[in-house]
Amino acid sequence: MIEFKNLHKSFGKLTVLDGLDLSIKKGGIFAILGPNGSGKTTLIKCLLGMVIPNKGEINFNNKSVLKKWEYRDNLNYLPQIANFPPNLTVIELINMVKNLRPKESEESKLIKLFGLEDFLNKKLGNLSGGTKQKVNIVLTFMFDSELIILDEPTTGLDPIALIHLKELIQEEKAKGKTLLITTHIMSVVDELADEIVFLLDGRIYFKGSIEALKKQTNNNNLEHAIANLISKQYA
Amino acid sequence: MLKILKYSFYDLMRSRWSYVYFIFYLLLGFVLLFLNNDVSKAVITLMNIIIVLTPLIGTIFGVMYYYNSREFTELLLAQPINRSKIFMGQYIGISLSLTLSLLLGLGIPFVAYGLFKSAAIFDFSLLLVVGSFLNFIFVALSYNIALSTENKIKGFGYAILMWLFLAVIYDGLFLISLMIFNDYPLDKFSLIATMFNPIDLSRILILLKLDISALLGYTGAVFRKFFGTNVGMLISMFILILWVVFPVFRINRKLRKKDF
Amino acid sequence: MKFKIFFFLFFSVLTISAKQIEVCHSCTIKTISEAIKISVAGDEIFVKKGIYKEQNIIIDKSISLIGEKGAVIDGENEGGILIFETDNFTIKGIKIINVGISYTIDYAAIKVVKAQNFIIEDCILEGVFFGILIEKSKKGIIRNNKISSNRKNEASSGNGIHIWSGSEMEIYNNELFGLRDGLYFEFVKKSEIYKNVSHDNIRYGLHFMFSNHNIYHHNEFRNNGAGVAVMFSKFITMYNNTFKLNWGSASYGLLLKEIYDAEIYNNLFEENTIGINGEGCTRINYTNNTFLRNGWAVKIAGACYANIFEKNDFMHNSLDLAYNSKVNDNKFENNYWSEYTGYDLDKDGVGDIPYRPVKLFSYIVNKTPEALVLLRSLFVDIINFSEKVSPVFTPDNLMDKKPIMKRIND
Repeated sequence: MIEFKNLHKSFGKLTVLDGLDLSIKKGGIFAILGPNGSGKTTLIKCLLGMVIPNKGEINFNNKSVLKKWEYRDNLNYLPQIANFPPNLTVIELINMVKNLRPKESEESKLIKLFGLEDFLNKKLGNLSGGTKQKVNIVLTFMFDSELIILDEPTTGLDPIALIHLKELIQEEKAKGKTLLITTHIMSVVDELADEIVFLLDGRIYFKGSIEALKKQTNNNNLEHAIANLISKQYA
Repeated sequence: MLKILKYSFYDLMRSRWSYVYFIFYLLLGFVLLFLNNDVSKAVITLMNIIIVLTPLIGTIFGVMYYYNSREFTELLLAQPINRSKIFMGQYIGISLSLTLSLLLGLGIPFVAYGLFKSAAIFDFSLLLVVGSFLNFIFVALSYNIALSTENKIKGFGYAILMWLFLAVIYDGLFLISLMIFNDYPLDKFSLIATMFNPIDLSRILILLKLDISALLGYTGAVFRKFFGTNVGMLISMFILILWVVFPVFRINRKLRKKDF
Repeated sequence: MKFKIFFFLFFSVLTISAKQIEVCHSCTIKTISEAIKISVAGDEIFVKKGIYKEQNIIIDKSISLIGEKGAVIDGENEGGILIFETDNFTIKGIKIINVGISYTIDYAAIKVVKAQNFIIEDCILEGVFFGILIEKSKKGIIRNNKISSNRKNEASSGNGIHIWSGSEMEIYNNELFGLRDGLYFEFVKKSEIYKNVSHDNIRYGLHFMFSNHNIYHHNEFRNNGAGVAVMFSKFITMYNNTFKLNWGSASYGLLLKEIYDAEIYNNLFEENTIGINGEGCTRINYTNNTFLRNGWAVKIAGACYANIFEKNDFMHNSLDLAYNSKVNDNKFENNYWSEYTGYDLDKDGVGDIPYRPVKLFSYIVNKTPEALVLLRSLFVDIINFSEKVSPVFTPDNLMDKKPIMKRIND
């Protein structure tokens, strides 16, 4: 479904992606992991067309995405930091995003799920970080797309909201969607991920199931397994 | 693009600063007209304020809006919309809301005063046109700076510096070079130097109305042609449009390579 | 009987002297020259409607030349038309067109030489070289005439009313346009010019040279190439005139050059490049004038002493005053300055801090004229302000110590 071929990206002298190759098949949850600065966000942003690679090719459903924008109608993205125009109300924002995409949306169920009914007419500038993140999640999941990209989705959420989010993710998976998640919370990975993509030095260091990772590192605990991978970098 | 424009515009129209800006102009208009009772004087004072203040406000609003809406812009960038449409929508949204504050803020007191019967109506409309142009130009320039500068504080600093340069320093250097090269014919140089600064250009446009009798006092043939006929007005207007077109063009060029 | 014959002769002479000679295309007398030839002093020549193609008609008898409406003398661009060489004559209601051009001879529609007690009225002179040219004459009245031309440059055009050496002339209600100078006075004394409109002339609306003790008032001078010039004259009084829209590099509302003891009051100077330009002016009082939206309200070029500016309104001029020297012997007091930013705490109508009409910028523009494009820029305001606080380049005693807070001559 998604293919990255020989992807290079550097910001000034700092090389972030260095000839990365990765292909992700349709369906399932993929956790993109790696130490800070390993290029997770850059990789996602390349796919989203927000970062323009120096070299390489990205295909989505067998079509190149570079310099295109129409393909984005078939993916949903949850950005890392939720910061919205402070003077718009929640409902206006939701309507605006709906307005921007020609697709059908079902936000009402999600609004109820996250208990946002009372906030609909509040200005976004007056919301707490957690509530903003909930709005952010609603905006992401209200469209029916084949690919869903979540960048640190758990930031600032209370436990109940977190449970709802996990349920949502599972639901989408059940519908046969492809989900890309970056996170530092290993329990989430352990719970949700079908496959792990581990980035190091701008390349794919490991790609496979959690089991395979545990086996490779001889470690039964995922957290330690990952730590093991990272420590190799420093060794 | 229209959708983005609409929402940026709504967002800004509701911001406190738009009101502050609007009320500032409203008060200014009323104070100038009703305490002074002299439309000509009001127009001259307004000119001094408009050519300095609109660029400053346009610059500040432009940079602030860009940096403050950076995350939201990222959300928009993930939507199936063309990049340049997002930014053009925002750009026009800011410029329009600022222009609206200016037009309404000054327009209301002047209409209340009975401007339509006054002979100053043309001078006044020209002021508003020039003010609107300055909004569009300086928001575009500040967007250029913001797009090229990741660091918010630096970007803000550069933008203010640009304003300071164009509003004051440029004229200082201009005047000094005129005085140093006093012995050479300078009329072409001085006209061209004026064209390279949108604030000077706007000032000249207004001078063409307010101070034409003084401007025609200079002997140079180029000057005479420029100020004595409609050529000056047309050229200045045209270059003012270029001052909007080029920065906007550069925004779009910059966007093609820009990472978010 | 002798007495009766005398009486008869006397009356017949009288009737002859008062006889009217009609001129028209169907009359026995078909040309004006013919009529003049047979006329004697005291006759009236009545020119009826029609176009008469005649030139160089010399009139040396004290007659009246009266035109019916529609009576036109066409000079066919070949020279002067009427030349009066006599006292006590009247010309009225004639239209004269197409006076010839010459670079050596001053052709005029009406030329008057060495005359006294004459009236020129209600004439329309079109396409003239000189309109009315008067030499060495006195006690003439020129009124209600309309004199115009359409020449393009100074060399090929003449003046509307040109008086060379004369006195006690009275010139009023005339309109003059498209000429070199509307009115030109050289060596003219004790004359009065009023209620004339002189506009769109190539050079000056009014031009005085070596003419003392004259008065002009209630005239309007607008859109002339260089405005009004009063030069090398003494004791001129100018009041209630309007000077406006004189635009150009050497254009003034009023140019004063080598003038002594003049009174200038109640005039309006509106939208001129320079309202008043003074060079070598001494003992002149400028009172109750209004300077509205001029480039420079007043430009003092040098050697101007004991000029007094009082109770004038300086309103919205690009620059109020230009001064090219650091010395000041002129007085500015009790004027209204629209640029004045001071206050009047004791409410006596007089500003509490003095006003300095000469800006640093006006000094700079004097030295570097191109700097004019920086007029009203923020930088210029800043340097003007600093100069105001501590004058370095501009005369520091040049100020209006008692600026008035409100318009004076509204």
